[in-house]
Amino acid sequence: MTAAATVDEVRALIGVPQYEETGEFPVERGYIWTTCASVENGNPLFWDDAAARAITGGPIAPPTMLSVWFRPHHWAPGRDAPHLPLQIHFDLKERLGLPEAVMSDNTIVFHEPVRPGDVLTTRQVLRSVSDEKTTKLGTGRFWVIDVEYTNQAGALVGVESYTGFGYRRPPTGPDGADAR
Amino acid sequence: MSPDVTTPVLLLGEVAVGDRLPELAYDVTATTVVLGALASRDWRPMHHDKDFAVERNGTRDIFLNTPNQAAWFERFLTDWTGPHGRLGRMTFRMLGSVFPGDTMVLSGVVDEVTVDGAGCGWVGIDVTLSVGGDVKTTCDARVAVPVDTGDNPWSRTGARWQP
Repeated sequence: MTAAATVDEVRALIGVPQYEETGEFPVERGYIWTTCASVENGNPLFWDDAAARAITGGPIAPPTMLSVWFRPHHWAPGRDAPHLPLQIHFDLKERLGLPEAVMSDNTIVFHEPVRPGDVLTTRQVLRSVSDEKTTKLGTGRFWVIDVEYTNQAGALVGVESYTGFGYRRPPTGPDGADAR
Repeated sequence: MSPDVTTPVLLLGEVAVGDRLPELAYDVTATTVVLGALASRDWRPMHHDKDFAVERNGTRDIFLNTPNQAAWFERFLTDWTGPHGRLGRMTFRMLGSVFPGDTMVLSGVVDEVTVDGAGCGWVGIDVTLSVGGDVKTTCDARVAVPVDTGDNPWSRTGARWQP
């Protein structure tokens, strides 16, 4: 294992797109219907093509399905291990030598609608790394990671932002039941 | 298609700060959890394998995954706005898990009603998902709704859409 990076080395990555990946399959209606069924969502945009044509210019996917299109198949022939979602989060834990981490909250911002047939691309961007802070969990740093999603035309369809806190437990600290 | 589906269900002028959305109560079963996980392509075992959830996660059962909870929040919001309602932004805070046997209740209170510089009408809603009065997840949502019957938030692109 390499020595822990300095915070300046890590901060040099702020604003730099990393881990660009294209979805393994085009956005498709089967998952849209299964998702709507799972939450009994009867919004006519997803069930009534005439309504979708009139209101959204044709069928769209539920906006909250943004991350669904990037969860890898459970198995695929000859595939290398895919990047973990939020790989930057795990990179920061390792590079800053912070063994524990929690996600405090996440925000999704929705831009252009996602439509069946779209092939989406995602990239991860580190937005900030705080100075060292001590919370009741321990001492460490907060960071914000954006996951940006674009469609095949290059249009932004959404951004997820995650706030993480990587830390070292105090010697007699609470256990991190929600650690990831 | 019903004849009125293209007429907005809810206009901005009909909404005021403090309004409560109609509550949604749902009895969660193992099927709810597994269907929601697989619909969101989340194959992790704590969302379908009770032994794994109990022994490895230390929870009492399998539990609803985050992406499917987002889908529940979306359904709750657009049941109220109708199809013209367009989500702009959602911020989630996960406080506890939702298990089979729980009756989850989604409730929401309007905390902001505004029109932005591009003329888009926005409603801010403070949504909670609770079980037996314990809040499990909160969601701050910002949803665009038409300002009049000729307006459609879905027609907004570029600088006219500022979520």
